[in-house]
Amino acid sequence: MSLLLKQPSVLPGFGLTLGFAMFYFSVIVLIPLSGLFVKTSMLSWEQFWDIITNSRAVASYRLTFGASLVGALINGLFGSIIAWVLVRYRFPGRALVDALVDLPFALPTAVAGITLAAIYSSNGWIGRYLEPLGIKIAFTPLGVLVALTFIGLPFVVRTVQPVLQDLDKEVEEAATTLGADRWQTFRAVIVPELWPALLTGMAMAFARAVGEYGSVIFIAGNMPLKSEITPLLIMTKLEQYDYSGATALGVVMLAASFVLALIINLLQWWSTARHMNQ
Amino acid sequence: MSIQVDHVTKRFGAFTVLNDVSLHVQEGELVALLGPSGCGKTTLLRILAGLERPDDGRIFLHGAEVTDQRISERRVGFVFQHYALFRHMTVADNVAFGLTVLPRAQRPSTTRIQEKVRELLGLVQLQAMADRYPSQLSGGQRQRVALARALAVEPKLLLLDEPFGALDAKVRKELRRWLRRLHDELHITGILVTHDQEEALEVADRVVVMHQGNVEQIGTPDEVYEHPANPFVYRFLGDVNVFHGRVSEARAAVQGNPEEASAGLADGVEEHEVTFVRPHDLELNRSRTNPDQFEATVRYVLSAGSRVRLELIVQSSAQTIEVELTKERYRELDLREGEVVFVHPRHRQVFTIPQS
Repeated sequence: MSLLLKQPSVLPGFGLTLGFAMFYFSVIVLIPLSGLFVKTSMLSWEQFWDIITNSRAVASYRLTFGASLVGALINGLFGSIIAWVLVRYRFPGRALVDALVDLPFALPTAVAGITLAAIYSSNGWIGRYLEPLGIKIAFTPLGVLVALTFIGLPFVVRTVQPVLQDLDKEVEEAATTLGADRWQTFRAVIVPELWPALLTGMAMAFARAVGEYGSVIFIAGNMPLKSEITPLLIMTKLEQYDYSGATALGVVMLAASFVLALIINLLQWWSTARHMNQ
Repeated sequence: MSIQVDHVTKRFGAFTVLNDVSLHVQEGELVALLGPSGCGKTTLLRILAGLERPDDGRIFLHGAEVTDQRISERRVGFVFQHYALFRHMTVADNVAFGLTVLPRAQRPSTTRIQEKVRELLGLVQLQAMADRYPSQLSGGQRQRVALARALAVEPKLLLLDEPFGALDAKVRKELRRWLRRLHDELHITGILVTHDQEEALEVADRVVVMHQGNVEQIGTPDEVYEHPANPFVYRFLGDVNVFHGRVSEARAAVQGNPEEASAGLADGVEEHEVTFVRPHDLELNRSRTNPDQFEATVRYVLSAGSRVRLELIVQSSAQTIEVELTKERYRELDLREGEVVFVHPRHRQVFTIPQS
């Protein structure tokens, strides 16, 4: 077995680094997560089931995962366009726009939440024009979507951008000389190249959105059954010293995230396996 | 399809890539654009394909002007140096691409497309690879797929941009013979861009030698090799010994008789004369047999390969020259390093360059 595992290398230390990596991973990730399960296991099965299927909890899952998914999809489309513009065109202020893309990464989430709430509230810069149209964003589920889209944008742009940069211009030219029009070239040549990166970017945006707390609570209004996200519900339970109730919801989030991450990885594996190593 | 390039000029910023280039290619001809990198040959090819627009001048394909025509309307097959295959598609899908993007009305049926792909893969001898992805093929195989893909749309003109440039020497040689045979079978007008003189001379019906955006010479491989129009062409088409200096010195070096050489020259004329002699046009003898000989010392002998290459030092000028001999001649002479021989140019070409 050790023969199989050990690959010849010019740098020594396979055993040591593997051991350290596993130890580190355990301390940082596995032990805290298993603590979650241990704490939850103090509940009986019925209690656990009651907590996680409580209508308020179910509504919060729907909002959290639904808004995260829609946000990731929106970012998938518009993030790709931003990446395209940044890579393909040279215009004044391009470097500035490129830098601004990272802002949602860097901004403290509370700051983002307050800003968004201010802008989209009924007397904010944007909210005041949407209000007469019957569109309310601040303090509604729509506000949650806006916040989750905001924080997910850099993930898509930053994963798609390098792939676009490496895209061989000759491949597009080849498609054109073969008679493909612009749309055919885009659909048949560019999209398949971008697809794995786009999927990764959307997955990361989605994962980030599911766990987002700070920016959402300011703009969501946090009305139970309506605009309350699961992380907030967990927080509420903690404040009421209902630790095992909070961890039960945590377990649900963890399981859902794990399954989604797995599906996304499978999708990625499938889409890259199609054109393998080049 | 005949091609007419009419006074085409192309600039990138302040740099002139093509300087008033004119060229005529007859139907069914295979023409090589030959030149060092940066001479404008690829740009000319891309202008013919429609991938670039000329700043000045016009392009005619089969008598009709196409200068402003779209790429997709020109019916031109283009083969790129780095293959530019669609890596997420199988070999068969790559070849079929040009047919599948046709408007519905012109598009052949799926079975007809499959048939056509099979035919083309047969032509490039890759039937067995139809379901592979480009990354699973060797460089030579990829380039043949690219060629099949370009041929699928039945182009009237085939443009090849250094098609064998990224391949190793042996594959390159095989592929260019194969390309020549293919061209003879299909009778398609073709233009091949290359910086490899051997490739151009072997494959093409006519060679266009280019340098710094200008056409230096157009002619059959024999014409350009045997009668180079200027020093650049001479130098570019093969190994060469160059004897520099003013007329008297150059003749002295070649002929070994300075007095005679300078006798006919008027005083004060500063003409720079350059004499070119190919290494295989230099004859070696152990003794003086001819007044036109000069003496040189053998410095180095490279006897590997079909011909023997020697490096000599001319005694009068200390210049290093290269000589190529057949194996038989080398054995006959039985030369050793350090020995002195008499050198005589069988054939030479003199270019006079007026000094400024």
